[in-house]
Formats: sequence, C-alpha cells, structure tokens
Amino acid sequence: MKFLAYLVSGISLGSIYAIIALGYTMVYGIAKMLNFAHGDVIMIGGYISFLAATNLGLPTLVSVLLAMVVCTVLGIVIEALAYKPLRSAPSLAVLITAIGVSYLLQNAALLIWGANPKSYTPVVEGTLHLFDGQLSVSYVSLLTVACCIVIMVGLTLFTNRTKMGKAMRACSEDKGAAQLMGINVNRTISLTFAIGSALAAIAGALLCSFSPTLMPTTGAMPGIKAFTAAVFGGIGSIPGAFLGGILLGVIEALAKGYISTQLSNSIVFAVLIIILLVRPAGLLGKNTQEKV
Amino acid sequence: MTMLKAEDLNVYYGPIHAVKGVSFEVNEGEVVTLIGANGAGKSTTLKTVSGLMHSRGGKIEFMGKSIASVPAHKIVQLGIAHVPEGRRIFTLMTVEENLDMGAFTANTADVEADKERVFELFPRLKERRKQIAGTLSGGEQQMLAMGRALMSKPKLLMLDEPSMGLAPILVEQVFDIIAELHKAGTTILLVEQNAEMALSIADRAYVMETGRITLSGTGAELAASEEVQKAYLGG
Repeated sequence: MKFLAYLVSGISLGSIYAIIALGYTMVYGIAKMLNFAHGDVIMIGGYISFLAATNLGLPTLVSVLLAMVVCTVLGIVIEALAYKPLRSAPSLAVLITAIGVSYLLQNAALLIWGANPKSYTPVVEGTLHLFDGQLSVSYVSLLTVACCIVIMVGLTLFTNRTKMGKAMRACSEDKGAAQLMGINVNRTISLTFAIGSALAAIAGALLCSFSPTLMPTTGAMPGIKAFTAAVFGGIGSIPGAFLGGILLGVIEALAKGYISTQLSNSIVFAVLIIILLVRPAGLLGKNTQEKV
Repeated sequence: MTMLKAEDLNVYYGPIHAVKGVSFEVNEGEVVTLIGANGAGKSTTLKTVSGLMHSRGGKIEFMGKSIASVPAHKIVQLGIAHVPEGRRIFTLMTVEENLDMGAFTANTADVEADKERVFELFPRLKERRKQIAGTLSGGEQQMLAMGRALMSKPKLLMLDEPSMGLAPILVEQVFDIIAELHKAGTTILLVEQNAEMALSIADRAYVMETGRITLSGTGAELAASEEVQKAYLGG
C-alpha cells in the first residue's frame, strides 16, 4: 500500500513536470534553444493566480485563466525582446540570455512581491480515501493528472492535425524550407512561446497547490527538473516530455520514500545521467542522422 | 513579357562575395537555365530571388513589381515556388503532409484537386501518400519536392539541381516532367550542373563562373559554343 501511495504521488508530481517539460520541448523543437526562463514563467503564473484569487477575490478558474493570459503575453514579449534579436547568434549567446531573463524575472518578482513566501490556496481541496482509508489521494493530484493528459492529447492533435501545428513541425525540421512554403517562421516561434507559457501558468497553479509556499524562486527547481524530464524523454518530442515527466516524478517519489528525502534529487539526476549514457537522444528522442 | 528581372545582384556570405553583379531575366513561358560549376553562385542567385538571401543593392522585379525587400515567406504568394538544392523535403512528415505544407498559402478549397493533379504527374507519390517522406528514395524525394512546390500553383517554378544524386534514368524522368510542366504553361528557371540536359530543354541559358555571368544565349547557341563544349560538356 505504501508503494501505491508513493506511485500515486510520483505520477501526480510527474504530471506537473510533464506539463512544464512540454513547454521546454516545444520551444526547443522549434527555436532550437533552451529557454531557461521557463521555470520563472511558472512562478509568475503562480503569483498572478494567487493575487487574482486572494486580492481580487476572483474564482479559482478565472484566476488561473487570467494567469494563462498574462503568461502568454509575457512569453511572447520575452521572445520578441530577448531571443528574436539573437536568431542568428551562436547558441551560447542565446543560452546566456535565457539565464539572464530567468534572473530578471526572479528579481522582478522579489522587487514587486517581496521575499516573504505567500501561502497559496490549492485550486481544489479535499482528499479521496480509498481502501478503507489506507490510500489517500488528494483531488489536486487527480486534477493534475487529468490536466496533463488533456494537454498532452490536445497538443498531439494540434501538431498532427491542424495547419498551424503542421507548420510548427515543418519549422522545427527546416526553417528555410518552411519559409519557401510561405510559413512565417517568426510568427510560428511566437506561437510556440505563447503555448508553452500558457502551459507554464497552469503548471504554476498546480505546483503551488501541491506545495503551497510561493516565492520568487519557486519555479527554479521544478524548472530544472522539468528540463531534465524533457531531456530524459528526448528533447523536441511531445510524448517524450510526457514520459520523461512521469518517470522523473515516480523515480523522485520512490527515492524519497525508500531511500532518503535529502538524496532524492541526486538520485533523480544520477538516473538521468545513466539513461543519457545509454541513449544519448533520450528515451523517445530521434537520433538525428544527417543524410548527405 | 518579362516575368522576372534581376539587375546587378551582389550577395555576400560574411566576407565572401558570392554573387558579383549578376543580371538576368526570365520571360513568361520560357525555360531559362543557369549552368556552371559547383560554387559559381547559381544557388545563391535563386535564394536571393526567393528572399532567403539578400542582395546589396541591385533590383529584383517580378511581374513588374520590386520583390527585393519582400520577406521570404511572402514570395510564394506572389507566384514564385522554389525547389531548393538538396530537395529539403520535411523528412519527418508524411508525403501528404509535405504536399499540405506546399499548399500552406493556397486556397484550402482547391487543395484536394491540386493534390490529385500532383499525383497524376507523380503516380509514385500517390502510392506512398501516407509514408514518412524520409523513407522515400532519392528520386521519389525529388518528385515530392517538385510536387510540393507545384501545390502553390506557381507562375514561376525555380528548380535547383533537380538531377543531383539521381540515376541517369531518373534524371531523364525529371527532365521529362519539367518539359511537361513547361508545355502546360509554367515558366521555369532551372539551375543545373548537368549542362547537357539543361541546355537540351532551355529556351535561353546563362553560364555562371565564380559569381559572374560569363556567357548567355539560346540553349542551342550555348550547346554549340566552343567554350561551353570544352568547360561543361566534355567536348
């Protein structure tokens, strides 16, 4: 029963990682850059939904929607101001800029909202008791897993069935050829950032519902872990982000339960290193073969 | 009537001056070819027309309007389709999805009919419409690249080395199709290293050498010219 409890908590934590990882992986797939500020967009999303609910007294769903709108705009603005001018710059310059944007967001949050942690009210409260109370699953966990599945299915349908989704895949493979088809590459990249950031807002609300302390650094660690999850699953791959996120969450929960809470992060990253040694492209990553 | 007119194009890759004062024109209904050795600047010239590269100074006019500052993704809407060197199909997408991308700017109502037209021209693509494009053979990939470009119903079709890497029998097939498209009224600008094939179907031709146009004339004139014979036709 203990194992089942760890598994459930791992899957729900992993679902949050997966939602965040989708943002990383989509942006990487199309813009070929690691947006290290993604974790901090989650934090901003957390603050917006927190303030909307506590200060403005808006209903939970409306506050999360508001957070999604704000994060979407933020994502588009970050891309336009910080990354777009570097489109043809070396990838190292873009990476450093992304780290810079990450610190900028954290410090802006510190300036605006202060360092004191805020206590976030979960988006749903209550717990489901199963097996005569031996296994308890919070409604937040169930909601998280459901959100993750809906988002995953939605994104898969979007990229496979819609014209814009296919255009994204085309840009991801060959921007020059995509332009020759009449696809506006800049607009496609903006759209990708918009989607990733809207997902970050959802992840922010869910994350803070799990561990209700909200502060400017809240997004940093989950951001790094979700990035790890994206690499783990194969960066650039949407099912990979999903699989990587869930696995990472489960490994973390089991490590916490059976080995040591302090060591759990080290164990997670050790597993990542081992997987990458065996499969450098990640679990579902494509081995990029250059065809001459 | 002049369809495409380029004047004094100068294109650079960083410090390298790849295209040096190139001028040429393509009249409506013609097949015009740019021939020349590897690195002569032929592909760069095509990329400049389709907006992927930019010329310092000079002029590019299509149907009487300047297109030098039109962004690449808007060129196809004007009626210019570019089949790039190395085909550059979307290898992770299916054959049909590649054609859908070719029709990205086209009127959605016509897409199915246009696909059928492409399938008529390239029956192999129809057989493989659900197949991932990266698994096609080289010849099939070239056909897909051409079919994809035709989905936009171009007035001017620019082909960059369609014979590259293909077996002789496939080269013949590709050139038959180019001739067929020409007959159906498409204007064609063809870049080729295979000078013999290119000159055999071209109304007019330009010879490029290290970034400059060194010779021009009708296809037949150039095929007969001693210089071209010596340099490109192994005569």
